[in-house]
Amino acid sequence: MYDAIFAPFVEFSFMRRALVGCLALSLGATPIGVFLTLRRMSLTGDAMAHAILPGAALGYLVAGLSLGAMTLGGVIAGVAVAILSGLVARTTVAREDSSLAAFYLISLAVGVVIVSMRGSNVDLLHILFGTVLALNDEAIFLISGIATITLVGLAVIYRPLVIECFDPGFLRSVSPLSPVAHYGFLILTVLNLVGGFHALGTLMAVGIMILPAAAARFWTRDITHLLIIGVLGAFLSGFVGLLLSYHASLPSGPAIILTAGAFYLLSLAFGPDGVIMTHLRPRRHLEA
Amino acid sequence: MDGTILHFDNLTLGYDRHPAVHHLDYVIRAGALVAVVGPNGAGKSTLLKGVVGSIAPLEGKIRLAGIKASEIAYLPQQADIDRSFPISVFDMAAMGLWQKSGAFRRFGRDGDRRVVEALDIVGLAGFEKRPIGTLSGGQMQRSLFARLLLQDARLILLDEPFTAIDSATVRDLKRLIRRWHGERRTVIAVLHDLDQVRADFPETLLLAREQVAAGSTETVLTPANLDQARRLTEAFDEEAAVCGR
Repeated sequence: MYDAIFAPFVEFSFMRRALVGCLALSLGATPIGVFLTLRRMSLTGDAMAHAILPGAALGYLVAGLSLGAMTLGGVIAGVAVAILSGLVARTTVAREDSSLAAFYLISLAVGVVIVSMRGSNVDLLHILFGTVLALNDEAIFLISGIATITLVGLAVIYRPLVIECFDPGFLRSVSPLSPVAHYGFLILTVLNLVGGFHALGTLMAVGIMILPAAAARFWTRDITHLLIIGVLGAFLSGFVGLLLSYHASLPSGPAIILTAGAFYLLSLAFGPDGVIMTHLRPRRHLEA
Repeated sequence: MDGTILHFDNLTLGYDRHPAVHHLDYVIRAGALVAVVGPNGAGKSTLLKGVVGSIAPLEGKIRLAGIKASEIAYLPQQADIDRSFPISVFDMAAMGLWQKSGAFRRFGRDGDRRVVEALDIVGLAGFEKRPIGTLSGGQMQRSLFARLLLQDARLILLDEPFTAIDSATVRDLKRLIRRWHGERRTVIAVLHDLDQVRADFPETLLLAREQVAAGSTETVLTPANLDQARRLTEAFDEEAAVCGR
């Protein structure tokens, strides 16, 4: 028991670092994911993750495998795509989803071109699949810093953000904070995707963001509980996923996301609002 | 606080340069209870959107007299509310306290009490913890009125508040409107049911893009005026020339 669950973390510092990285990601990215799912923007996370690529690739072209340069590039590219698509959606006939799709596709294509111009496939794999087992101090500080900014940022915009998700027209009618909530939230989303791609890669960063959040929806109908269950589920997925990858020699990023996927499927099946419980609910209705 | 609260000065509002409200000149007095009436496409909803500033005038202007934009409450015809959102009736109504609580300030026991009271007034006592997804159309409208009530606004804009609502709910909500009127708040409501307008609204603005008639309800809602309104609201003309007025 001890050997299977705790020994890997006690013996190997890279496992401990990976676990710390997962904790930070769970605390930052998953609450963002909860709000993305509430706003029916789950796929936006996916699109934004792709949009980050050219910035990260440019950073890589300029400075090599430098964390700072790739982070900065990724944040700039992501925020640019978020703001451009938001602006287009708010000032033209185009909807947010179509303008976001347009900009992220352009962005992704640019990214792939940049990566292919220089750099080997190994580098591409690094960008796409991350390196949770090789997190250095710098990366851990970065991810933890982003998690801190996210939690503080969400606390600050929490009330307007909830109203913006639920009834954006009402927020606009009572307060000028609607754009603050919208763009502030998108910037936090980009930051977390960038943090996630160092640990898990651009493609998987979205997984730790969305899967636990989507799973939490089957357990509760309360926003606060959604956030708590999401974070716990994400951290648990990281923990179990790391152990899986250690014992079965699986790549760690996919192992973590697969665990989160299993958490989602289990919730879908067995959560109080999941498939089975909904069918098992007594047929007899109540008096009033 | 008597006098005027809202001025429409040669106001033209519209979409793609086509006017939906055309050269409107009208003044709303503070404390007035005004019905806005007219055929579909007459620019009634557009007018309210103009007042809350969600569309900008093509020409002319809307002046607020002695009232801040934050003192206006607006109930749109179809609020873009996500009915599946995991939020309780209490929390939704509590949003009405925004001007008091803002993004950060404490809500407090007083806030709690006022929300419960408002839900009681609209006939939703005991519904506090219900998720809004379980409400009927009428109950949803009642809880939106509770939110309006808590907004404590001096100018209240209602866009077809009684559409698809049963008569008991309409009766309760109208009682609330009369209460607002008694508190000297200004209420402007877009309505279709002319009997309702005659019974409860002393003042009427009859729109058909242009102002057809306005003033005391009985002088406005004459067969001749209503007939004229119907004829004025013809179809949108793709080839319309630039307005020379």
